[in-house]
Amino acid sequence: MPERIAGYLRGIGHQVVGGLWRLGYASRFFALTLLRSAVSFRRFHLVMRELYFAGVLSLIIIVVSGLFVGMVLGLQGYETLQKYGASDAVGTLVALSLTRELGPVVAALLFASRAGSAMTAEIGLMKATEQISAMEMMAVDPIARVVGPRFWGGLISMPLLAAIFSAVGVFGGYLIAVVMIGVDAGAFWSQMQNAVDLRQDIVNGVIKSVVFGVAVTAIALFEGYDAPPTAEGVSGATTRTVVTSSLAILGLDFVLTALMFTGV
Amino acid sequence: MNRTMIDLWVGIFVAAGIVALMVLALKVGNASTTLNMGDTYRVYAQFENIGGLKPRAPVKSAGVLVGRVDEIQFDSKTFTARVTLNVDRRYLFPKDSSVSILTSGLLGEQYVGLEAGGDDVMLKDGETVKLTQSAVVLEKLIGQFLYNKAAEGGSK
Amino acid sequence: MPAGLIELAAFPPRPPMENLVEIKDVNFSYDVRPVLKGINLTVPRGKIVAIMGLSGCGKTTLLRLIGGTLRASSGSVEVAGRVMGELGQGDLYAMRRRMGMLFQFGALFTDMSVFDNVAFQMREHTRLPDSMIQDLVLMKLHAVGLRGAQHMMPSELSGGMARRVALARAIALDPMLIMYDEPFTGLDPISMGVISNLMRSLNDALGATSIVVTHDVQESLKLVDYVYFMADGAVVTHGTPDDIRKSDAPFVHQFVWGEMDGPLPFHYPGAAYARDLEVGPAGA
Repeated sequence: MPERIAGYLRGIGHQVVGGLWRLGYASRFFALTLLRSAVSFRRFHLVMRELYFAGVLSLIIIVVSGLFVGMVLGLQGYETLQKYGASDAVGTLVALSLTRELGPVVAALLFASRAGSAMTAEIGLMKATEQISAMEMMAVDPIARVVGPRFWGGLISMPLLAAIFSAVGVFGGYLIAVVMIGVDAGAFWSQMQNAVDLRQDIVNGVIKSVVFGVAVTAIALFEGYDAPPTAEGVSGATTRTVVTSSLAILGLDFVLTALMFTGV
Repeated sequence: MNRTMIDLWVGIFVAAGIVALMVLALKVGNASTTLNMGDTYRVYAQFENIGGLKPRAPVKSAGVLVGRVDEIQFDSKTFTARVTLNVDRRYLFPKDSSVSILTSGLLGEQYVGLEAGGDDVMLKDGETVKLTQSAVVLEKLIGQFLYNKAAEGGSK
Repeated sequence: MPAGLIELAAFPPRPPMENLVEIKDVNFSYDVRPVLKGINLTVPRGKIVAIMGLSGCGKTTLLRLIGGTLRASSGSVEVAGRVMGELGQGDLYAMRRRMGMLFQFGALFTDMSVFDNVAFQMREHTRLPDSMIQDLVLMKLHAVGLRGAQHMMPSELSGGMARRVALARAIALDPMLIMYDEPFTGLDPISMGVISNLMRSLNDALGATSIVVTHDVQESLKLVDYVYFMADGAVVTHGTPDDIRKSDAPFVHQFVWGEMDGPLPFHYPGAAYARDLEVGPAGA
């Protein structure tokens, strides 16, 4: 019996040490990516290409999701607020929820699932088909040439996507509340404008989306680069990207919200 | 995917993002009001109790936004709160105007109401408003109500 | 060729060596498993040398050591007189620019066209104008017979064509050393013949040296100048193709003629047959 327990504990210890080692490796990878970013900026068309694949191709899912989230917020918000005779505050509810939380967080989650997993799969596949080794043998640093542009592309895309999500969401809320339900348009916009502060809410939301962008892109790129060069390896890596990114987003969201919105 | 098509789509994407940010900032947020503030001058007021007043709360006169609360400090000499108001330079108020802390709606945010007096001389930058009315503190109100009720019951 | 000249300037001129690559007493292990055990091997300048052996005997590891991707734990790997294990990052990259490698299955960059793949090294390492790069790329593609396929994407190419494009890419900067990792795997006889011919003609035209890692015996014996046989992390036999064909060393014989049984047994070690089938004297 003690043998079993010892074996079990050893297994856990092994996992923890392995996890720590991996975290260190990932940090070194991230640091290298940042240090070798010069190439990404000198040849900006590489970043542009990644902006297209990560940002532009995510537009549809972001816009559609944003619209629906905004509409649901409007609907649910109205249902509850009208019980207190405060249905005019629906605009405030929709706008604050989106700019402070839902915009950055949901957009980041969608980005992780769509663009993040695509990046992981792409790099994992490049590794499995020896393209990365080929690049190294051709004296081209794969981190500078492959990973760097994707990192900056993802980082630039994220806040833009979050802003588009929030804006479309507010429009969705407007559609439901004003156009469909009949809340007064003037009250909708003016209450919202009074409640949403540029620095407090919108800028903080942008800061959040930038932080999420860094986290999601870094995780996606690392998992792809570190994936075992087999089919199962790559598929496992894409799953890990989505899971780890989602957890990181939610965790960071809590930390950032605590820093930004308390003590006001 | 050749470069020109990519450039076009990326350009559209970035433009859309910036437009969204602008929309959020101007239409959704209160940037249009904070940006339009322009030049302001400072006016001070002392309050017994500021209640729930916060910096950047609106200063309204006749219901119209004329300024914002800048700073709230505790004056350890008079043991009162010293509130700094930034009033839009376009609006001048007489020296004997009064300020009070009001609540917008029943449970809404607190703001500063500025009521004009009748003096010919106007308030200048750095001057203090003499007449102030502190915020209504709910506990004191209830206490007063109960006291009155008790007194009424007693006198019957 | 302009690209080659730029690289030669980084290294002081030395008298031409007999051997381009010298591997002396090299040991290498992946974690705890030893792969190369004191291997010795030389590749003479201008020749095509084959390194043969079973899968997992360390052939590909050897290529990686020569390319500097891996570092030997002991012994030295010298290329053109420089010890690969001692080079810093910059020197290592400069060294690699004078090598070309053809990976198994090609390893073409799937997000670029054939033209861009071949032009990759030129665009990354030289500042040649686009018109010159265009001419050079087309010349390389013409040498492998695929100039007409310049706009195709790697996913549209057959295996043989992909490998030819990879070959054009490997010689893009006119390397002094070309390494081939299993170049004949999965090819039809015609493509095999084409690649084989190209390997010989390009090697001679460029004045380069080639190392071919393979286990396709018949094809390579037709092509190469010298053969090294590896087993168990070291060289067991070496010689010219004729020597190898006539060799009666049991392992070489089994390998070259594809015999079922020999030093490498047919049956994987396990229990006696009778015991597994549970026949034989009772209680056995």
